[in-house]
Amino acid sequence: MKTYEIVIIGGGPAGLAAAISARKAGAKDILILERDKELGGILNQCIHNGFGLHTFKEELTGPEYAYRFMEQVFEEKIEYKLNTMVMDISKDRVVTAMNKEDGLFMIQAKAIILAMGCRERPRGALNIPGYRPAGIFSAGTAQRLVNIEGYMPGREVVILGSGDIGLIMARRMTLEGAKVKVVAELMPYSGGLKRNIVQCLDDFGIPLKLSHTIIDIEGKERISAVTIAEVDSNRKVIPGTEERYTCDTLLLSCGLIPENELSRNVGVEMNPVTNGPVVNESLETNIPGIFACGNVLHVHDLVDFVSEEAKRAGENAYKFVSNGCKEEKTGKVVEIVATQGARYTVPSTINLDRMEDKLTVRFRVGQVYKGAYVSVYLDDQRIMHNKKKIMAPGEMEQVILLKNKLEAQENLHTITVKIEEE
Amino acid sequence: MEKRELTCIGCPMGCQITVELENGEVKSVTGNNCGIGDKYARNEVTHPVRTITSTVVIEGGDKPRLSVKTKGNIPKDKMAECMKAIDSVRVKAPIKIGDVVIKDVCHTGIDVVATRNIYSE
Amino acid sequence: MRDVIIIGAGVTGAAVARELSKYNIDVCVLEKGEDVCSGTSKANSAIIHAGFDAEEGSLMAKMNVRGNEMMDDLCKDLDIPFKRNGSLVVCIHEEAKDGLQTLYDRGVENGVKGLRIIDKEELRELEPNISDKAVAALLAPTGGIICPFELNIAMAENANVNGVDFFFNTEVEDITVDDDKIYHLRTNNGEYKAKYVVNAAGVYADKIHNMVSENKIKIVPRRGDYCLLDKEVGGYVSHTIFPQPTELGKGVLVSPTIHGNLIVGPTAIDIEDKEGTNTTAEGIEKLTAKASDHVKNLPMRKVITSFSGLRAHETHHEFIIEEVKDAPHFIDCAGIESPGLTSSPAIGEYVGAMMKKMMNLEEKTNWIKTRKGITHPSDLSFEERKELIKKHPEYGNIICRCESVTEGEIIEAIHRPLGARSLDGVKRRTRAGMGRCQAGFCSPKTMEIIHRELGLDYEQITKNGGKSTIVLERTKGEK
Repeated sequence: MKTYEIVIIGGGPAGLAAAISARKAGAKDILILERDKELGGILNQCIHNGFGLHTFKEELTGPEYAYRFMEQVFEEKIEYKLNTMVMDISKDRVVTAMNKEDGLFMIQAKAIILAMGCRERPRGALNIPGYRPAGIFSAGTAQRLVNIEGYMPGREVVILGSGDIGLIMARRMTLEGAKVKVVAELMPYSGGLKRNIVQCLDDFGIPLKLSHTIIDIEGKERISAVTIAEVDSNRKVIPGTEERYTCDTLLLSCGLIPENELSRNVGVEMNPVTNGPVVNESLETNIPGIFACGNVLHVHDLVDFVSEEAKRAGENAYKFVSNGCKEEKTGKVVEIVATQGARYTVPSTINLDRMEDKLTVRFRVGQVYKGAYVSVYLDDQRIMHNKKKIMAPGEMEQVILLKNKLEAQENLHTITVKIEEE
Repeated sequence: MEKRELTCIGCPMGCQITVELENGEVKSVTGNNCGIGDKYARNEVTHPVRTITSTVVIEGGDKPRLSVKTKGNIPKDKMAECMKAIDSVRVKAPIKIGDVVIKDVCHTGIDVVATRNIYSE
Repeated sequence: MRDVIIIGAGVTGAAVARELSKYNIDVCVLEKGEDVCSGTSKANSAIIHAGFDAEEGSLMAKMNVRGNEMMDDLCKDLDIPFKRNGSLVVCIHEEAKDGLQTLYDRGVENGVKGLRIIDKEELRELEPNISDKAVAALLAPTGGIICPFELNIAMAENANVNGVDFFFNTEVEDITVDDDKIYHLRTNNGEYKAKYVVNAAGVYADKIHNMVSENKIKIVPRRGDYCLLDKEVGGYVSHTIFPQPTELGKGVLVSPTIHGNLIVGPTAIDIEDKEGTNTTAEGIEKLTAKASDHVKNLPMRKVITSFSGLRAHETHHEFIIEEVKDAPHFIDCAGIESPGLTSSPAIGEYVGAMMKKMMNLEEKTNWIKTRKGITHPSDLSFEERKELIKKHPEYGNIICRCESVTEGEIIEAIHRPLGARSLDGVKRRTRAGMGRCQAGFCSPKTMEIIHRELGLDYEQITKNGGKSTIVLERTKGEK
């Protein structure tokens, strides 16, 4: 069996950044396993711009952003295999994978980085009533068909969900000559960026209906119409608000789900809120030597943050390798609890010995807050109380913890992140 | 006096901004909570610009479409015209990221460039 | 002219076709859908019923019990998975316990083996997630689970290999009989003639029957909504859990499926539209509520898809399998509602025997009894799988990640007898697209394979035939 220091599962933005940082940290043999026919992951189909403002201080399109990292992977001569599906990973870090050329093979990894990304929530999981005709796509599938394969799914489009992919596809379909009739959003706010609402909807006069959902799908072969209705604050349909839209295409942009089949099978502990692994300050899961980063860990809204997180995962994975792949049992472990409006945190625990001087803790809020405070408590003592103009579930928030502050707190047991109105 | 309503894109607040114009000159900007909103609103009403991203047909490549962008902002009112130009262009593989696909598209002074590599089939 | 035309390529039509393929006659099947298993057979509970429900002495009871008995050998011959997971009829009201005894007695009378009434302690031991209200249950160890697509497809393939022709997208519009007692079937694809006709048209069996007979029958489509849950919760129950039956049917069941999902359903509502397979919000709500009576904390958030199917309900709730009195040589298989899937092989056998006698048929000497299914690399050992990929690299290329379906399997599905031509055709043969992402990732890749293997343009590829195309045209006005 071939041995690698680090095997990275997934060659999208997370996997690429993790590989590069591991190499820069000193890792000699790294292998990226990518299931698609090219590196870059979902960025290849995200041909719109707006990527990289944090990382490169310029606005790039998805393929350009990916290429910046791919170039480094090529320069660093990092090994990768395309069209390769990882079938299984084991607790002792044996990776079983498969492709046409090598067949079924096993690799012993000293450390594994999970970077499989996420998938879209399909129609079935949304329980939308009605018929099940052709012409219903998740927004990302339509994006691939239009941008990569060069096919138009249809000409008259309704979009459910106002996440960024849905908004971006509203503009793409419009630019390609389709008529996007309406974007319906179940929640009273959009999960998408304001910029996308203005430049993808308002620019083209596409109406956004908040607190609306689809209550019927017509069409026995190809979709022919949908009925949209308003919902109340309990997301129950308000009778009398129904409106019918004829269409030949329905796009769904209703949330992303981390793809953790491999993680679950090997026994990685999962966070039920993020649907991603529970990780510590090193982005390491409960299984020593298995790390996670990017959308498989928790769904991000900016790829720049994915790259940053993945960089840390790469460095920490190499640290694990260079320390002899031993589970470190020393050090004081402190738990981070998200409560009162903060839905989760990444990471979930901090080993103070292994923590660097500064640690970024990312989280999301459960509703829109205006003028509220992000507070951090060390046990009962509040050490941070930052007023935020606005916080929304669609935007990831962060706090930065300082090692010396945590160490100064006697008998520190729990760090709490919460939202306070005042 | 002309009134224009805008949503600021500067941050998630999405302030509803009202701009008052007279003879194309901004008289007042209200509704914004910070300087970003003021600047955005003035630009957006006097000379709104956008970047276009799309694809073009590529022949002889390992993929049927090449992703492209305007290598800078173009006037918003030129979007439709530029899209027509992008839709009608045909390029041949191989193409490298950054290659110019259309020079000075629709006399905007801006090139349309490739945003990825496409190899020959 | 054919000796026999079978109308409908659902489980009944396929079972009859396979049975008739044993004889030296010329048989064809006309199917209005683009594939076998396009109607009632594709959307049901995927259950092999034990046989304690149908009324004693009824044809339904007889067919059910016989079909159940035949299933092990048949599935072995046809290389399809089948499991006797056992079913439980759960009683949640102390005062309704007598109902279990009635079912038990009926089952014994029908010839169902191994029935037993169990107390709540034993029930809880068997099914820890059973409702706290449960007081007792009827255990039927012969109850089982199966994939209806595979059963239908396998019987049809086997019939085809043995000489039965199948014509798809062929809808029978009218039937006349000439002076020589030859049936003329007018279809959208021209006329077909035969000496004998078997009506296995599912919810349309009344329409077909009424074309030749003055004794009109009526088939009411009885719609049932279902939810299919993620494999993550496929083991939530291990038996098929039924409530006690009512006059509307066997009620909402909760069951593992043969491929490891959890299925919940169906509701029961009589409708007019024979293509009315739309789900409704009320239906889904109702089935959730009903299922929760018998299974506690049902993880409905794990739903991956919902769908609805139509049972071909005949007013008298009995199978009509007979030669039509005023239309000699015209055989009805009508009213084949639940337990139709279970009964299908028995119906095939019954009709086969009937026609053998009527037509004085001779058995072929070269009839092929068995069929080899699509290769499932995931069932192979590591070394076997390695070997397979070395020989056929397509089996090393995963197309559907959720269900681990390879390119090799999809190519096989396309090039088999009666091969797949649509995304649903591929899905029903390989499970590509049937997993938790519901074809989000694999549909563009499957389209690429269909395009390459069948020479269809992308614009011609459909979800399930007809106008169900996936993409409309090329971008940029390119031809």
